[in-house]
Amino acid sequence: MLDCTPKEQKERNSGGAINPAKTCQPIGAMYAALGIHGCLPHSHGSQGCCSFHRMHLSRHFREPAMASTSSFTEGASVFGGGANLKTAIKNVFSIYNPEIMAVHTTCLTETIGDDIPSIIKSAEIPEGKLVIHANTPSYQGSHVTGFSNMTKGMVSYLAEATLPVKKEQVNLIPGFVNPGDMREIKRIARVMGITSIMFPDTSGVMDAPLTGKFSMYPKGGATVEQIKDSGNSRLTLALGRFASSEAAELLSKKCQVPASVLKTPIGIKATDELIMALRRAFSQEVPYELEEERGQLVDIMTDTHFHFHGKQVAIFGDPDIVTGLTEFVLSLGMKPVHVLTGTPGGAVGSGMGSFEEEIRGMLAAAGVSANVKAGGDLFTFQQWIKNQPVDLIIGTTYGKYIARAEDIPLVRVGFPILDRSVHSYLPIVGYRGAMRLIESISGALLDRADRDATDEDFELVM
Amino acid sequence: MSETAAAISEREQFIATKGRRKNTLKCDADSIAGCVSQRACVYCGARVVLNPVTDAIHLVHGPVGCASYTWDIRGSLSSGSELYRNSFTTDLREQDIIFGGEKKLARTIDELVEKYKSKLVFVYSTCIVGVIGDDLTAVCKAAASRHGIEVIPVESSGFIGNKSAGYRAACEALLKLIDPVDRREAAASRSLNYLGDFNLAGEAWIVKDYLTQMGVQINTVFTGDSTSDTIKSAAKASLNIVQCAGSMYYLAGKLQELYGIPYQQVSFLGLEDTAQSLRNIAEALGGGEIRAKAEVIIRRETDRVLPIIQGYREKLAGKKAAVYVGGGFKAISLIKQFRELGMEVVMVGTQTGRQEEYDTIHSLVSDGTVILDDANPAELEKFMTGQGAHLLVGGVKERPLAYKLGLAFLDHNHNRKHPLSGYDGAVNFAQEVYSTVCSPVWQYTTRQGGG
Repeated sequence: MLDCTPKEQKERNSGGAINPAKTCQPIGAMYAALGIHGCLPHSHGSQGCCSFHRMHLSRHFREPAMASTSSFTEGASVFGGGANLKTAIKNVFSIYNPEIMAVHTTCLTETIGDDIPSIIKSAEIPEGKLVIHANTPSYQGSHVTGFSNMTKGMVSYLAEATLPVKKEQVNLIPGFVNPGDMREIKRIARVMGITSIMFPDTSGVMDAPLTGKFSMYPKGGATVEQIKDSGNSRLTLALGRFASSEAAELLSKKCQVPASVLKTPIGIKATDELIMALRRAFSQEVPYELEEERGQLVDIMTDTHFHFHGKQVAIFGDPDIVTGLTEFVLSLGMKPVHVLTGTPGGAVGSGMGSFEEEIRGMLAAAGVSANVKAGGDLFTFQQWIKNQPVDLIIGTTYGKYIARAEDIPLVRVGFPILDRSVHSYLPIVGYRGAMRLIESISGALLDRADRDATDEDFELVM
Repeated sequence: MSETAAAISEREQFIATKGRRKNTLKCDADSIAGCVSQRACVYCGARVVLNPVTDAIHLVHGPVGCASYTWDIRGSLSSGSELYRNSFTTDLREQDIIFGGEKKLARTIDELVEKYKSKLVFVYSTCIVGVIGDDLTAVCKAAASRHGIEVIPVESSGFIGNKSAGYRAACEALLKLIDPVDRREAAASRSLNYLGDFNLAGEAWIVKDYLTQMGVQINTVFTGDSTSDTIKSAAKASLNIVQCAGSMYYLAGKLQELYGIPYQQVSFLGLEDTAQSLRNIAEALGGGEIRAKAEVIIRRETDRVLPIIQGYREKLAGKKAAVYVGGGFKAISLIKQFRELGMEVVMVGTQTGRQEEYDTIHSLVSDGTVILDDANPAELEKFMTGQGAHLLVGGVKERPLAYKLGLAFLDHNHNRKHPLSGYDGAVNFAQEVYSTVCSPVWQYTTRQGGG
């Protein structure tokens, strides 16, 4: 039997994980680096890490994910990986000729203590080319932390304040979301008539069109020039505390760009907050195009609310995404009774605050009592569901085992989704993303109702 | 010659073109630092070999990533336990790196054994364990005696070599499990072990069915749909047959050395190799009645599937294929199998092919075919398009690359959806090649790709 999880909950104190709900930092750093135009991410470690990350990204996005590796050997791990990294930098520029190379570390190179900045300083880097880095020890945080660290690396290496007066433009740090989401967030700023710089920006890279040619560096991505210019912007909006706030804070310190940390704009409330923040800062009227979309969304929420009311839902995934989803399903009248992320509650020394506290706050305001956990695994999540069944699960592909075992519909949202396609092209953010989420959620609930209905209860109009 | 222009000069000796250059291909070397290599690591090699052992707890001792990326990705089917499809890790954190992970490992083993009542635990070492110096062997030994079960350390720190070193680490772990037996009795038996089939999409079951019809018992498969009990009994076999030689050559050699079990290489990919393999097995087990039964199967199955394959051949003849797979032996079978479909292989590459396999490949292919070891994506692109391939056979990382070029693609790796072994597998193979090469979607792409 595929379901090996017992119902009886016993205290677990080993510290190990069963069916993890997170993965390691370097893959997040690699994904973030792919959001720079003309960038080759570089994995400083064994070649397996690089291979695993590329494979996993390729499975989620169904796109080639290019990255090079230092190809560690036993000698390198005894004597340090400096020589490997220097050779790698030289080879990468001579064979693959990127504009910029973004190095991230692995558990191995962090533990042997390779000093990446000094290695980069003493490496041969061709004129006009750049090498940046981020420390991404796999034994801290999760893939979301790695994304955050590489985004921070972009700021610390590239962003510059070169003008006495800030420009009328906003920095948008989108967090660990799909290219389709990044496109939608940029569109919202565009229709409001606001110039924006988004970084990282994987749109046009991890959703590139088929042209019949393989392009090592597709058209998309934030250019180095744009990231440099982010130091001249008037405002940074960090969307999602866990993936984006640290880069925004650094930008504020380094270039005096005021930062505002918002939720990932999932659902009506968080999207309103994004649009209001843009409106306030740039004194722009909200254009009819967005008002119309919002009105349509409210119309849809009204048309469908009776499908959702009181339905119990279990949500797992990355902290920023889960926070947005929790707020949204509450606004639909659903009860999120199990809420879990695999990412630990907040990085050491960061002002990120607690995932559990924020979720509990939302639930308390709605009068819902629930299981909430940061740093949890899917073994725990499944035990919760066995002891308190739900009507719906929202989460990544890894939820499918639980969905099958407990016979509960699953709506796939987040990273990774390995068994369905198209998800990375279409947004879950903004008003349009919210419409798409409603379609998925109500579709899943109504398909189940149709499946379970007796002949006499089977209805044409629902 | 510009054919290696896409490659760094150090890479030139890893690439050959039949008919144009005499030099032997360099292989089995470490990848160059800075390459976008398609290769994996020692842990990956060990894990893919051992993962199909269905009733084992596969515990990855390291930070979370190594366990996450290998959670249920192999598509190996089980006829019993599904425990192997869960993901277990010690999830090492910063304090474990500083103070050592031995205690956490012991606690995690205890917790898992208590929950799942398994008789076998594999504990995989990852890069970091090699560096912080946890004594895996001691922790496993203590846990084994505490619980009265097998707890086997797998020495698979990622940086100690490439995927081949992982295969060897897996074989070492399997050897620790096998119980010695009285060989006089075993040698007379008509049972064999089937090495190097991971029961992807149920492939080992197809072969098992043929052998059963021949009156031959499979003792255990290494490792598709195997259990701790079947593996323990491996020494009772009178013959080992080896399909994926890259991963199992070492184990076959060791089983011969330790228990005197002879081995032979087999391949169940394509009609030609399947028939030859069944005949060879029959001969090795004394011929006679077994051989006669093998001939019945070969005749019956060939007659059944040949017309179907012929139908596909008519649509596919003249198309060109590129092959980039893990091991050399699979590449050799694929070259023959494409020939059965009237298709020519114009590019052949492997991640871990051995010198003698490259020699065989060289002798099989036509002049002008490019042969390469440990290719990077730029090289794959260069040679696939330069050679006018319509189809690429590869694994997960190659799929989107082929599609971007407007080329058809066949997964001959973990993500295969249908069994590709034996006679039914040959039909599936032809059907899959046809359905991708002749798909209407290629009409909308700009290159000539596909059909």
